[in-house]
Amino acid sequence: MAARVLALALLVSLLPPGAGSAASCRGLRPGEGRDSEACGITLQLEHSFELNDSIHFRKRGTLLWTLAPDPSLSLSQKQLSEGERNLLREVAALNGLYRVRIPRWPLGAADELATEYVTSFVRACSLVESHISDRLTVHTDVAGNVIGISIVTMPGSCHGAEVEDVDLEVFNTTVVLQQPVPAAVPETAAFIERMEQEQAQRAKNPQEQKSFFAKYWMYIIPIVLFLMMSGAPDAGGQGGGNGGSAGAGGR
Amino acid sequence: MAGGARLWVPLLLLSPLVVAAVYEDQVGKFDWRQQYVGKLKFASLEASQGSKKLIVATEKNVMAALNSRNGEILWRHVDKGTPEGAIDAMLIHGQDAITVSNGGRILRSWETNIGGLNWETSLDTGSFQVASLVGLQDVAKYVAVLKKSALSLHYLSNGHQKWAEHLPESESAQYQLLYSYGTGVIYSIGFVPRSHLNILTFSLEDGDISKQIRVSAPWMKSLSGACNVIGEAVLVCVDTDTHSLYALSLETEHEMKQIPLQSLDLEFADRFQPRILTTQPSPVSVSRTQFFLQLSSSRFTLLQYKHGLLSHLRDFQQATLVSFATTGEKTVAAVLSCRNEVKSASPDGLHAGDTLGHPHRPEFPACSNHTYNINLYLVETGQRLLETTITFNFEQSGARPEQLYIQVFLKKDDSVGYRALVQTEDHMLVFLQQPGKVLWSREESLAEVVSLEMVDLPLTGAQAELEGEFGKKADGLLGMFLKRLSSQLILLQAWTAHLWKMFYDARKPRSQIKNEINIDNLARDEFNLQKMMVMVTASGKLFGIESSSGTILWKQYLKNVRPGSSFKLMVQRTTAHFPHPPQCTLLVKDKETKMSSLYVFNPIFGKRSQVAPPVLKHPILQTLLLPIMDQDYAKVLLLIDDELKVTAFPATKNVLRQLEEIAPSIFFYLVDADQGKLSGFRLRKDLTTEESWEMTISAEVQRIVTVKGKRSNEHVHSQGRVMGDRSVLYKSLNPNLLAVVTESMDTHHERTFIGIYLIDGVTGRIIHSSVQKKAKGPVHIVHSENWVVYQYWNTKARRNEFTVLELYEGTEQYNATAFSSLDRPFLPQVLQQSYIFPSAISAMEATITERGITSRHLLIGLPSGAILSLPKALLDPRRPEIPTEQSREENLIPYSPDVQIHAERFINYNQTVSRMRGIYTAPSGLESTCLVVAYGLDIYQTRVYPSKQFDVLKDDYDYVLISSVLFGLVFATMITKRLAQVKLLNRAWRLGCTSRPHDGLPLTCPKHN
Repeated sequence: MAARVLALALLVSLLPPGAGSAASCRGLRPGEGRDSEACGITLQLEHSFELNDSIHFRKRGTLLWTLAPDPSLSLSQKQLSEGERNLLREVAALNGLYRVRIPRWPLGAADELATEYVTSFVRACSLVESHISDRLTVHTDVAGNVIGISIVTMPGSCHGAEVEDVDLEVFNTTVVLQQPVPAAVPETAAFIERMEQEQAQRAKNPQEQKSFFAKYWMYIIPIVLFLMMSGAPDAGGQGGGNGGSAGAGGR
Repeated sequence: MAGGARLWVPLLLLSPLVVAAVYEDQVGKFDWRQQYVGKLKFASLEASQGSKKLIVATEKNVMAALNSRNGEILWRHVDKGTPEGAIDAMLIHGQDAITVSNGGRILRSWETNIGGLNWETSLDTGSFQVASLVGLQDVAKYVAVLKKSALSLHYLSNGHQKWAEHLPESESAQYQLLYSYGTGVIYSIGFVPRSHLNILTFSLEDGDISKQIRVSAPWMKSLSGACNVIGEAVLVCVDTDTHSLYALSLETEHEMKQIPLQSLDLEFADRFQPRILTTQPSPVSVSRTQFFLQLSSSRFTLLQYKHGLLSHLRDFQQATLVSFATTGEKTVAAVLSCRNEVKSASPDGLHAGDTLGHPHRPEFPACSNHTYNINLYLVETGQRLLETTITFNFEQSGARPEQLYIQVFLKKDDSVGYRALVQTEDHMLVFLQQPGKVLWSREESLAEVVSLEMVDLPLTGAQAELEGEFGKKADGLLGMFLKRLSSQLILLQAWTAHLWKMFYDARKPRSQIKNEINIDNLARDEFNLQKMMVMVTASGKLFGIESSSGTILWKQYLKNVRPGSSFKLMVQRTTAHFPHPPQCTLLVKDKETKMSSLYVFNPIFGKRSQVAPPVLKHPILQTLLLPIMDQDYAKVLLLIDDELKVTAFPATKNVLRQLEEIAPSIFFYLVDADQGKLSGFRLRKDLTTEESWEMTISAEVQRIVTVKGKRSNEHVHSQGRVMGDRSVLYKSLNPNLLAVVTESMDTHHERTFIGIYLIDGVTGRIIHSSVQKKAKGPVHIVHSENWVVYQYWNTKARRNEFTVLELYEGTEQYNATAFSSLDRPFLPQVLQQSYIFPSAISAMEATITERGITSRHLLIGLPSGAILSLPKALLDPRRPEIPTEQSREENLIPYSPDVQIHAERFINYNQTVSRMRGIYTAPSGLESTCLVVAYGLDIYQTRVYPSKQFDVLKDDYDYVLISSVLFGLVFATMITKRLAQVKLLNRAWRLGCTSRPHDGLPLTCPKHN
């Protein structure tokens, strides 16, 4: 992994300055990147945690965005220094925020000042209590532009647990690149297939497709007839005076 | 056999889902519909006393006839809501109404008695200018339509085109006027600004241009309005720069004659474009030679130009509106003026008014007491007709009249009588009769409801008394006891009064019992089914409507709201906190200046609240209604302005202290749809904010169309779903979840897509993002519980489709005791499924109930005006493609790709809602019942029971049968008991004589037969 990062850094340094010092395939869409094998983009990951809630971003590491063969992300970052560790603890104690950001475009593009960033945060205490193990997700849109970054810590809760200094040295980070998933579409083909199968099955043994009445009419009709006959005298008796002749069955 | 079983299952499952439509006798029992036409554009009142109808064409593209007796709609035709349906002109010819619509593309003729369409023809393209009826000798036979470059003549009988002629010089000259008076020629007048006039004389017979003259008019800036034709084709124009009138006989003259106005002592108001108003009683006779010249927005003067002489007939100061009307031989002018001055038309009145300190504002002629007079004047002389004054006032709304239409008729004694139709700026139509009686009024602003909330009605006095007793602090044992006694007494009194009323009502025939609802007897019913609907309309008028009958109980016109403003209505305090009055807050945001203002009012009585809202100096971007309350139980409203400063309302010390405590846990989000930026902020203790997250949806690729959160008053009863194997699938219920819908900028049908992002509004974390390929808006979305349903147009298959997304946590719940967006490390499982829907949608909303136990339905407003109640169970991503034993156990309906529209699922049977724009749902006090209001051009209110009325006895419940059975049983028990006793006694006797001989008592045993 380290070798690959190094190779890319070399490759990047060879690029003309106009294209940006760090971007080799800027603007390249994930789908088009197939033919350029070692194509990649580096994005600087920055973080900020200050006591007075001001925002002051410092470098945390570098994200390497490989476009081919499959878009993926990897992160190289350094350890937290002694001072940073203590600062993080203090910020955590004050219920401060730990922010991260990445630029929307690769580093060095055009002018530094106008760089747009996407930002996210976790509570500093949850970062401390998770022994600085976090999970970064970079979201892109269909065209491959960065939309946002999410950071969560595992676990995410703040209980005020004691954390050793050793546990606050190295980030245990998982980086994920998330593209929008295709939404569902109506499954007409599968449905038709299923219907056809059922039809075929029914065609195979025609016995089954008969309805309840079709199958049991010989039992139903006598019962119905019997019920009608037994019910008839009542109606007849009320209906008129000649009930005697009509009362054939019942009583 | 297995196949047979499989076939039966879906049928059995479907049967309980079918919503029973209403029975015939239930129609109108708990639902009502009100139909509207919108703001008037054209109106025609027949000039006869017995006439029953007014024909109107409105800005909502509606053609309708109103009953002039009661204002009800006789018939109504609703055209498209887009500019395509716009009505450009309406002409009345006998019993027919001729309309030109769609920018002069369509010519229609309507039969006004029944509203049938006589004929319809399509016209050539070209921007429409004016239409007029044309006749020969005594009858109008044709309608002439003038467009930018052509004039066409159509038969009134069938709409066929008689001829169409191209207009010469139409590139430079703008033709805007048509005139004919039964002589077989049509004059068409066009002009080139600051240059000349073109007058074309067309022969009626074949459309030949018999004469074409060019008249120099270098002063002319506009034609329509500033010029008009009077008498025997005399063109009269007014010009402010030269301060004079110009006249030209179209038949004989070739040069305009200038008539200076100074001599008549007529002054034009600054920056006011004067207008000339004429009247032509019939298309086959000449226009009157008298005309109104409007000098300023409140000054008119009646002039006459006859035989080359201009004479001044009368001056009208402080007149707001004028109108002509003709009956028989008499033509009268109606003048609506403010009643400020005692005798309206005298010039002294103005000076008196001025000295009294009513500054004459050119734009808004104010009428301080909102009382207006309408007077009739004979046009020939300018003489006022006696006893023709109608006096009325708009004190309540304070709105100005905007349009005036007059219906004049001759009474039996040959005097002139009239009725007047006045439309005010708040879109109210008032039909007035002499001497000022309001025959009826219509609130046409309700044709465009933009925001709606339902508020519980207050408790009755007795209930409130009880509440008050518990609310107050204890003042001694004895005091409390006495208070209790007194409140019990009041209750007893109320109860006896109620009983007495019931008894009294029961003796009267049912038809006579009227439960009239007015603002005094408003009280909550036992199931809280009756509520107050607070409606905000686009014109800036607020309404309080009682939901069970649709009666307007209060209305309030906000005068300084400009059209096109956006509104947000919030309920800060409900009626539950007696004795504090309920409180609603309306945030009005002006479209142009982006400035916002707050209006605080009592939703039950419509009165402006005593509480002073904060003055907002900056545009407000976002509002947040917090669950924390002030001492007087008003929820705290946070307003975030464009400098990201937060204003709290109410801002008492108590509130600020509470806010300081919980500030770190208050997060909010902002959406900048233009730049595709979503950002989150956290509140600081000093009410400033700090940005916590930011994401950008690239505006070049897609644009944000909708951001939809969940309803804050929604309850979810069940935390999970029990699956077939008896395990529980827990729902992911994140109250902070936002559904963001984007549409692609690329609209090519192969590449267009819709993006759905589910974002946590606190952390900015994207929970789910998906892309619906080859899909196009408009997207309708419902976001509730743990699901999102959206509807879109599939460009490839060319059909409407639904997609449902459901979020589950899985079979185990993370931190089941408390929810925090900050502590949710695991992403939920997202299930999705799509269905084909056979119709487009105009509005969509989910039902909501008090506790969330009742199953949910989607209420879908169709373009046809029907409201379909679709069970959510049909849009369930867990519907299996192949039904298994477990899915059957779970009552899952096997998947089928299409969702059908069954007419019995329409909750509004034939009461369609035209141009539905929204559906509002509110819970009632009954768990089974959800109140629904659909609004658009019409308003429809009803109740729905998604799981049937499981907690209510049916209307036709047989009380007689059940009670007779009960009584019968009681009697039977009594009788059998008696019989059993007798039998026992008898047996005891018998036993006594057989088995107790040793007692030695002389017993006489009954003899056995």
